[in-house]
Amino acid sequence: MSEFTLPKNSKITEGKHFPAKAGATDVRTFRVYRWTPDDDRNPRMDSYDVDLSTCGPMVLDALIKIKNEVDSTVTFRRSCREGICGSCAMNIDGTNTLACTKPISECSGSDVKLYPLPHMPVVKDLVPDLTHFYAQLTSIKPWLRTESPPPPDRERLQSKEDRARLDGLYECILCACCSAGCPSYWWNADRYLGPAILLQAYRWIVDSRDEATGERLDFLEDPFKLYRCHTIMNCTRTCPKGLNPAKAIAATKKLLVERRS
Amino acid sequence: MSTFRTPLKRALVLGSAKHGVHHFLVQRLTAIALVLLGLWFVWFALRLPGLDYAAARALLAEPVNALLMLLFVVAVFWHAQLGLQVVVEDYVHTSGWQLVLQVAIRFLCVLGGAACVLAILRIALGR
Repeated sequence: MSEFTLPKNSKITEGKHFPAKAGATDVRTFRVYRWTPDDDRNPRMDSYDVDLSTCGPMVLDALIKIKNEVDSTVTFRRSCREGICGSCAMNIDGTNTLACTKPISECSGSDVKLYPLPHMPVVKDLVPDLTHFYAQLTSIKPWLRTESPPPPDRERLQSKEDRARLDGLYECILCACCSAGCPSYWWNADRYLGPAILLQAYRWIVDSRDEATGERLDFLEDPFKLYRCHTIMNCTRTCPKGLNPAKAIAATKKLLVERRS
Repeated sequence: MSTFRTPLKRALVLGSAKHGVHHFLVQRLTAIALVLLGLWFVWFALRLPGLDYAAARALLAEPVNALLMLLFVVAVFWHAQLGLQVVVEDYVHTSGWQLVLQVAIRFLCVLGGAACVLAILRIALGR
């Protein structure tokens, strides 16, 4: 029933240290969470001394440099390196953000600590398993749902004001930083949709072209799916795109009140 | 992965309960009521230390005080029940415990509220 010790894989041990090459001038240590399912060992923190004078400015640059020049076994996701794909979301210096848009100079501690997104199953090293997160996204049907057929000669139009209501919502890249930073999502991710998915749900609720607004609100009206949000605001604080999931959730709650009164 | 269920099946769980707005609304309404009634309660409580038992009873027996005290205790226990329910939903994931605690919270809040209401009525109606 009660668990008074952490599960085995939560105990992190000290790993290897990789010193910088001789003659390095501007050295900063990166401490990286390492775990592989291939052996039976606990996770460990490996330390890599990186010469910043030969490294790009972002945390992702350092990770790539480590992988290319020091330890090719370090595993992480990355793709666009400009903050639009969301692949390199991880916990850097205690905050969930994108490694590609986080300058090394903005990391506070003397060592830069890199962990995978918190409270997600780990596939390997810095790679979280986002299967459930994506399944939750699928569950809200994130596409335009209509009864009326589109006009035969053009796309479905939208006024400028209606389009403006999608600003601050459409920019979400689904990196999962917010959901992985939400304590409510940590405790109840099996049923709570989490900030990222609720922001997506709201993006379709306020879309002037979508005709399934009522069904979308019906689906969200649930003590767990929506109402586990207790306005903790970690989502808004951590969002690397500067979006405000908490506001979208509050707006959804407001609409649910509005349609009964 | 050994459960042979798709990720979507697991994400959908038992579907939407299609309720929750009422809880949300009542929690906020009782909160607003408690801010106003709380101000009155502070004023009322500050007058009590200077009074003996009979005078304190007489003060509470005044219709306005009795009415506001009734509303105050109902709002307190109602709000407490709603809040504790959420705490248990958040943190208690053992299904047996979840059920026991949810029932216990409701019973204790109704018990506490009813006892207070009875006490106030007895004082107000002079029995």
